[in-house]
Amino acid sequence: MTDALWYFARGSGVVALVLLTIVVVLGIGSRSGRSVFGLPRFAVSLLHRNAALLAVVFLAGHVIGLLFDSYAQLRLFDLVVPFVGKYRPLWEGLGTVGFDLLVAIVVTSLLRNRLGAGVWRAVHWLAYLCWPVALLHGLGTGTDRGTWWLWTISLTCAGAVVAAVGWRVSPAFARFPARAERRVAPRLLEEASR
Amino acid sequence: MTRLHIDWTACDGRGLCTELLEEMLVEDEWGYPVSRDGTTEPVVPPPLEDAAKRAVDRCPMLALKLVRR
Ligand code: SF4
Repeated sequence: MTDALWYFARGSGVVALVLLTIVVVLGIGSRSGRSVFGLPRFAVSLLHRNAALLAVVFLAGHVIGLLFDSYAQLRLFDLVVPFVGKYRPLWEGLGTVGFDLLVAIVVTSLLRNRLGAGVWRAVHWLAYLCWPVALLHGLGTGTDRGTWWLWTISLTCAGAVVAAVGWRVSPAFARFPARAERRVAPRLLEEASR
Repeated sequence: MTRLHIDWTACDGRGLCTELLEEMLVEDEWGYPVSRDGTTEPVVPPPLEDAAKRAVDRCPMLALKLVRR
């Protein structure tokens, strides 16, 4: 029984990482204002949201499995406060940080209409911190650390996110690049430099 | 009457609403939504109310609102 919990916790952690990768890629895709992978824009946005909610489900499985697992000896406390765990505190703590960030991102998204777009967007930027933290957590701790298959999954996920972020910061990203160009009267620049 | 209000200062022209509510909206050449009937606050016909609600909910900039007037 304890073994089953351990397998379950490990498996759901890996699935959560893969889902989070999909969420980040689709999130960047929906930010582009283009159709991505042949999907209309509203579908990209819906998939982004639904994959995120599914990732939360698997992450909950991962955490609950570890709470009841006799090896990990995770305490409720460890879900909120990072780096104080008994077992590999640094790597486990990264998991806690990622978990807390994801909870913040998802909760603010669900309450988006009440919080307003500004707060929601500010918190949503934390996704760029949450994802690498989750990746490192997976690479640094757990029984599967260092196995070829976990490396393969992790590197594939990293490749996907790096490609998406590269696209995001490239000039080809915006659908109307000319629109984003803001010209300032030379007079104002002169005044500012004085 | 339910009308669709577009907050132009918030809208970023991502075009989700023109997909979800194509009966009422088209994209202008910069990707911003304009109403097909040419009004600034188009009336939402009753059969389209659910679609309009969905568009309001999915707008990434929270730029859309349903107003009664
Ligand atoms: S979905 Fe929102 S941001 Fe996108 S075009 Fe419509 S109103 Fe503007």
